[in-house]
Amino acid sequence: MNASAETIEDPVDAVDTESPLLEARELTVRFDKQLILSNINLSIHRGQTVAVIGESGCGKSVLMKTLIGLIQPTSGQVFLDGKDLSQMKQPELVIARRRFGFVFQNAALFDSMTVFDNVAFPLRQIENVSEAEISERVFRHLNEVGLPRNVTTKRPAELSGGMRKRVGLARALILTPEVVVYDEPTTGLDPIMSDVINELILETRRRYPVTSVVVTHDMRTARKVADRVLMFFPRSRLQPEDSQVLFDGSPSELENAEDRRVRQFVRGEAGERLNELAQTADS
Amino acid sequence: MSDSAAPLPSNPHSTRPARQPSPLVRWVNDWGEAVIEGVVTVGDMAIFTWNMLRWMFTRLPSRGTVLINFYQVGALSLPVVALTGTFIGMVLAVQSYAQFHTIGLENRLGAVINGTLVRELGPVLAATMLAGRVGSAMAAVLGTMRVTEQIEALTAMGADPIHYLVVPRFLACILLIPALTIMADFMGIVGGYFYSVIILGIDHAAYLNHSREFVTGFDLFSGIFKSIFFGATIAIVSCYRGFHCEPGAEGVGKAATTAFVRSFVLILAIDLLLTIVLNSVYYTLYPDATSIL
Repeated sequence: MNASAETIEDPVDAVDTESPLLEARELTVRFDKQLILSNINLSIHRGQTVAVIGESGCGKSVLMKTLIGLIQPTSGQVFLDGKDLSQMKQPELVIARRRFGFVFQNAALFDSMTVFDNVAFPLRQIENVSEAEISERVFRHLNEVGLPRNVTTKRPAELSGGMRKRVGLARALILTPEVVVYDEPTTGLDPIMSDVINELILETRRRYPVTSVVVTHDMRTARKVADRVLMFFPRSRLQPEDSQVLFDGSPSELENAEDRRVRQFVRGEAGERLNELAQTADS
Repeated sequence: MSDSAAPLPSNPHSTRPARQPSPLVRWVNDWGEAVIEGVVTVGDMAIFTWNMLRWMFTRLPSRGTVLINFYQVGALSLPVVALTGTFIGMVLAVQSYAQFHTIGLENRLGAVINGTLVRELGPVLAATMLAGRVGSAMAAVLGTMRVTEQIEALTAMGADPIHYLVVPRFLACILLIPALTIMADFMGIVGGYFYSVIILGIDHAAYLNHSREFVTGFDLFSGIFKSIFFGATIAIVSCYRGFHCEPGAEGVGKAATTAFVRSFVLILAIDLLLTIVLNSVYYTLYPDATSIL
């Protein structure tokens, strides 16, 4: 979207269904002997807000980090605008990463810096940005996430969880990225602050023509912000021939999904999982 | 992509009891794993160092980042290095006097104390203090950054963590450890002189003459030269440990402890190696050099 703060009245109308902005082809990620993701194929189009749901340990965060090039896939490819990330040289990859804004689960703010310096950090990595411009953009983005000016001199340790998430969001948006990736944006927050974050995700989408990927296991967030939901299942609990993506559809289709594991997850029912855990404990 | 309601997979764990390997097989297995891990760590550390050196010679970090590290490594370490240097000088005087007094050579204490300080104890002491005070802190800070995803955040924002976090720390260590060594040497010399001349009553002129006669510029050079290698070792080992920190508070604590222990062991090993090399160089340059006694 680079710098143009174009307003979109109806976010769904902005979805470009022609060419995918982000695409994973036969993506497999393995840590030592543990298979996390296997043979994942997915396409995310411009303007979409995709929620990736699934229980803990199913590989949601690994998928996100692989999509933005933080984790190298064991096999398979990730394409950004048709370009294979694994074929990019380091400088090209650095430039590609600036097209993403990543909101980390625990905000990942730099402890040693003030809020101002944290939000200004991505701008300072780019040369030829004056301090006056940096100040203007930092204050504007903090204002957009509802934080007052007096917060800028504080250190991350002095902020509440919700404030930290909002600073993390301001930092992710300061380079006006094309894709914003939210990793568990509402985890650990009270219901009111969770809703504030959900509203901010929607507001960001209204304000900028941004593509969003929201990793969450909070169904309220998935239903409220997403126009497409993907549900992942832990590879270790599937048969080799099973797909790891149990559901790919709109939030309204979730309740009536054919796969009972999807319905159980959406309703928050343990189901067979209780028996599985008991069997594991016995063995 | 909604699949039909597939049955959940059965428990994949086999019920057949696994055959226990013999103690010899287990021993070979354990040693094999340890050797492989050691080789992987050395290789990984070499790549880490290469990446750091590459950044250092292509693009230096910003002045602000470098200065903060210089302050933390240099200015904040000076008092502790000066204090320990003074005590070591005095302890050397106490120990050496007890030995030299019995053979009537106490006037030569200056040569022993100052020679030992400038060649060995000054650089090793400064390096040990730096490894304990700065190296552990580096590993803990970087380890915490790893655990709290701050290092990943740097990468995600298009910054290189090695360039941003490791290069300034490496520069601070290698450029400031000579100054800390000189401070340890100086305060040790002052402490040794104070205890020998003021407390033990050794003749002032004899103390200084013997010091001047047996402690050469090459000794001072060799101590400072060695210290640069010690500084590089502390920075690389500590930053590497921090970057490869295991999760959780225990992981951070382990990274800090391991950084100090490994740095200290490597400092002593490198000291031995460099002392042998520098002694050979010294006796090649000065074949007529006299011994202290």
